[in-house]
Order: sequence, then C-alpha cells, then structure tokens
Amino acid sequence: MGHRLRSALTVLGILIGIAAVILTVGLGEGATTAVNSSIADLGTNLLIVTPGSSSSNGVQGGFGSATTLTYSDARDLASRIDCPDIAAVAPTADTVSNVVAGSKNWTTDIQGTTTSWPKVRSRTLAAGTFFTATDVANENDVAVLGATTAAKLGLGTNAVGATITIDNIPLTIVGVLASSGSLGSTNEDDLVLVPITLAQSQFLGSDTVQTIYVEAASQGAIGAAYTEATDELLSLHQIANPKDADFTITSQASIEATASNVDKTLTVLLAGIAAISLLVGGIGVMNIMLVSVTERRREIGLRKALGATPAAIRRQFLVEASVLGLSGGILGSGIGLIGAEVLPHFISNTIAIVWWAVAGSIGVALAIGLGFGVYPATRAARLAPIEALRSE
Amino acid sequence: MPANSGSAGTAPETSGLRDDALSSRGELTTTTPMVELIDVTKQYRSGSLSVDAIRGVSLRIEEGEFVAIIGPSGSGKSTLMHILGCLDHPSSGTYRLAGVDVSAMDEVDLALVRNKGIGFVFQQFNLLSNLSAWRNVELPLVYAGMERHTRKETALGSLARVDLADRANHRPNELSGGQQQRVAVARALVNEPTLILADEPTGNLDSSSAADVLGLLGELHRAGRTVVLITHDAQTAATAERIIRIKDGRVQSDEATSTAASNQ
Repeated sequence: MGHRLRSALTVLGILIGIAAVILTVGLGEGATTAVNSSIADLGTNLLIVTPGSSSSNGVQGGFGSATTLTYSDARDLASRIDCPDIAAVAPTADTVSNVVAGSKNWTTDIQGTTTSWPKVRSRTLAAGTFFTATDVANENDVAVLGATTAAKLGLGTNAVGATITIDNIPLTIVGVLASSGSLGSTNEDDLVLVPITLAQSQFLGSDTVQTIYVEAASQGAIGAAYTEATDELLSLHQIANPKDADFTITSQASIEATASNVDKTLTVLLAGIAAISLLVGGIGVMNIMLVSVTERRREIGLRKALGATPAAIRRQFLVEASVLGLSGGILGSGIGLIGAEVLPHFISNTIAIVWWAVAGSIGVALAIGLGFGVYPATRAARLAPIEALRSE
Repeated sequence: MPANSGSAGTAPETSGLRDDALSSRGELTTTTPMVELIDVTKQYRSGSLSVDAIRGVSLRIEEGEFVAIIGPSGSGKSTLMHILGCLDHPSSGTYRLAGVDVSAMDEVDLALVRNKGIGFVFQQFNLLSNLSAWRNVELPLVYAGMERHTRKETALGSLARVDLADRANHRPNELSGGQQQRVAVARALVNEPTLILADEPTGNLDSSSAADVLGLLGELHRAGRTVVLITHDAQTAATAERIIRIKDGRVQSDEATSTAASNQ
C-alpha cells in the first residue's frame, strides 16, 4: 500500500496519546503511593504546632521566626487532665552548630527535645538508648546522633559511649537513630538530639521552642486533640479570639491532603492533554482513512464487481482503521512502560505502572480506530461500483 | 478478510425446477434468455449537461451464446456492459438477467449476482498490485464465503486453466500484460459464473497475448458459458458468433458471423 508513511504518522499520534495516558496515570498513582507511605511513616495522628499565625490580619511573624512557643507550653499540652486526647508531646528547640568528634567536625542541626521524640516522630534507635527523663530534668550532657551525622563524624553505629563537643561542651553519645529513609528535602538523618533543657540553657539561651509535635491518642482522636491543643494554647497565651492566635496547628494529614490535591490537579491537566492527543490521533485515523478510501476507489469498485457486499467493504476498512488504532495503542503502551522505567532516573517522581490503565489505553486506542473509522468505511461501502471503477 | 456475501446458508443442491431463476446461491440457471434488455436508456448528468449514453436498446442473449458488442469509442458500449454486469442501473427500461428484473434487486442481491453469476474481465486487468496472482484469483471466493483451505486449491485450479499455475506466487508487476490478463480471466472463472463479460480484454495487449486471451474466451464459450465481448476492433469481434453493432447509443445491426456458420 502506498501510504505507509501516512499510516505511521497516524499511529504516532495515537502512540503519543496512549504513552501520555499511561505515564500520567502512573505519575498520579506513584505520587499517591508516595504520599500514602509518607503519611504512614510520619503517623497520621500527628499534629504540628508552630509559632506564628495562620491569620492574615495584622503584622505577624513569618513561619518559624516567631518565638511565641515555650517548653512550658509543651509541658502543659502533655497534661492528661487538660488534654486527654493528646498521647505524647515532643517540643524541639533547634539551632545549627559545629560538632567535633576527635579530628573530625560536622556542622549540623542541633535539636533539643524530650524523651517523647522517638515515639511521636515514629523513629527507632539503631544502637544505644534515647536519653531519659532524668537526663532532661538534670540537663545531662548526653546526645543521640542521626545515622548520617554519626557517619560524617566517623563514628558509625559504634558511636555509643564516645564523646562529641558542641560549643566547647563535651557530650556523651548514648544512642544512634536508625535511618528514617526520609522522603523530601530535609534530611531526617542528619541531626544531633540533646535534652531540651541543655539546648535551651547552653546553645540557645532562651526557653522558646520552634516546633511542638503533638501525638493524638488515636487517629480518630485527632480532631479532639486539635481542639484541646488550640484551647489550651489560647488560654495559656491569654488570647480571647482564635483569629488572633500566635501559633499554627497543622495536621500531617492536611499537609498530605494539600500535596495530593496538587497532584490531582496536575493529573487532571496531564490527562486532559492526553485526551486531546488521543482525539487528534482519532481525527488522524479518520483523515487517513478518508484519503485511503478516495485513493482506493478503483480497488473498492473492483471488489464490488467481484461480489463484495457493502458490509464486506465496510468491514475491510473498519479492520484497517482498528489495526491503525490498535498498533498505536500497543506501541504507545510499550513506550509508556519504557518511559515508566526510564523517567524516574531523571525526575524525582516515582511512576507506578497501572495495569488497568495499560489495558484500558489499548482498548481506547482500538475504540478510537473503530470509532473514527466508521464514517470513512461507510463512505467506502456506499460507493457505486461503476463510479469507483471508472475513476483513475 | 473473510467476507460473507450473504450466501452462508448454502443449502444442499435442491433438485427440480424453481420459480426463481436466480437460485439462492446466486447462480444463473434458466431456460429463459440469459440477458434481456427492453428499451433500456442511460443518461449521465454532469452539472447541467445531460448526456444520453444509451438511447433505447432492446436485445436478447441466449444462454451459451458468444456475442461481441462492437462500436467506436463513445458509442455507449461500455455503459451497456456496465448495465449488463449490474455495475450500473439503467435510467429507464427493463433489464432481466436470467429472467429476474435487476431493478428489483438490492445491493446485497446484486453483490451476490456479480460474485456468483457474472465474471468480469477488464481492459485494465484490475488486479490488486499488492496481492499475488493466486490471491487475486481467490478474491471472488472470499466474497463467496468459501472456506480458507478450499479457496487456495480452487484458485490454483483456476490459474492452471489459464496455464499460469507456475506464476501463482508472482505479483501483477512481475507478470507480462498477457499473463496479467490471463490471471484476470482465471479470476473471472473461479466462481464458475454462467455469464462472462469482457470489456476490451485485448485493448492493452500485444497481438499474440490478445490471441491467447481470445482463445481462452472461445474455450469458455465451448464449455457452455455465455460470453459477451465488448470491443471496438472488428477483427477481435470476429472471434464471436454474433456481432451487435452499437452506435450513438443504439443498436445498429445484429448478425451472426462466419465463425458461427463454421461452427454449425
């Protein structure tokens, strides 16, 4: 047949659409999987209290820059009487400092916190123990290292018992965190944890905290915990109108919901592009089939003279159109699957292969071929044999 | 592609006479005239111009006849052939094929008649260039709904009858003009039609190939088929038993030839 190139181009149109569909669905599904697993990692019953306000009225400090939260706020939130739905509270007072271990040094995040931290942040230790309530109460010079920090200081997991120096204060290492397998940009494995009392008196010189992590008693109690934490902090800070709150409470779930909403918007957008591409591919099929019918009038006439019924002619052209659609679908799926393997090496997103999307796309491609082939095929079937035969 | 032209229900050969001369299998079997035209006209309209291609033709061709329709180009002989082959409808008048009024047939009936009842041979050969010789010959069998494995056998048998069994797998462009036209004859024969319509079959052939093809048509006639040969060439027409002269869309003369006399 003298129209191989045009057929190939038509197939290419469908191919791009199908590959786009598979990659789009895969991206969306990959993002959902990532979001779900990060929610599970961080715990969906986690609330995060930060200084500053969600209100847009008046002058407010930027996120994290305000100093409205204190260690005593955290202790009050932990009260079982005022906040029965709060299971555990872990405040963090952060600073960045240089850590020295023997001949090596490493500048990293120093976080003062309490004994609840591993529970609230769902973290475990690879070696040693976390520091105790006594350590916190007595400002003991102890530290727990993140896995990366331990490695950078040349200590590995044998660090327990070794001594590091921060701001000329020697600290004994009591434990090393297990790696978090962190997602996102902040490295959860590069930090030094010390008793919050020590951090505030020796490194910060103030009793403020940057973040208070609040763990609700259960996932179902997160709403109650949110209300209790809000009420408690409003009364502690003597603020009557919740709109004037000098703190912000976010839930992990709400952050992830926002993230997945963004993903959904992106997915819908990409799916729209894919749909347009498929529509264009379908129009391509119709176009080439119409050209084909015109070019092959003689053949159609001959076939009719040899006894082809209109139904037989229609079937022939429908088969050709669906072959175009189907090859586009199969090749597009192949490209999509290859893309799903190759693309994650270049972008940070994961692409999950969704088999129903692959099967569905091939089906859609076939349907496009058939659907857009109906009109050209019907025109071919209706050609009068003699007019078709006479044309040159 | 398997195509069933509506003859799937191939009932076993029924014995005895039937009222309908067009049997359910599309074969033309009758004792009435094979072809009967009564005052047939055909006008073509192109824009506001109306051209009379045929201006009232009445003729009968009996089963088993070998008839040449001869006339200069533009005489309407090709139009007549198209009407005879059920490829075109008359503007007025009646065409009975094996006793059946063609105007009463629908598209599917006509396809069945063209498939089983009539074999066409065209001046341009009209072979499909992307199919091998036997695949071209096979086409009418495909539309007849014959089973795949018997189709090849039948097609090869038909090629053997035109002496081209050794060229079965060649494509049309690998064959000479004469060979291509013989493939076309094999294709016309493959469904064993009773009526063979040949439109200038020798028009594009050298004289020896032309003689081959005319010889084949003569053989078909001797085998009992009705052969209608359309030509502008008197010498070609002379191979037939009867010559109908057409001019300006009318029958000018209709007479038996010396071939007919010598055959009797």
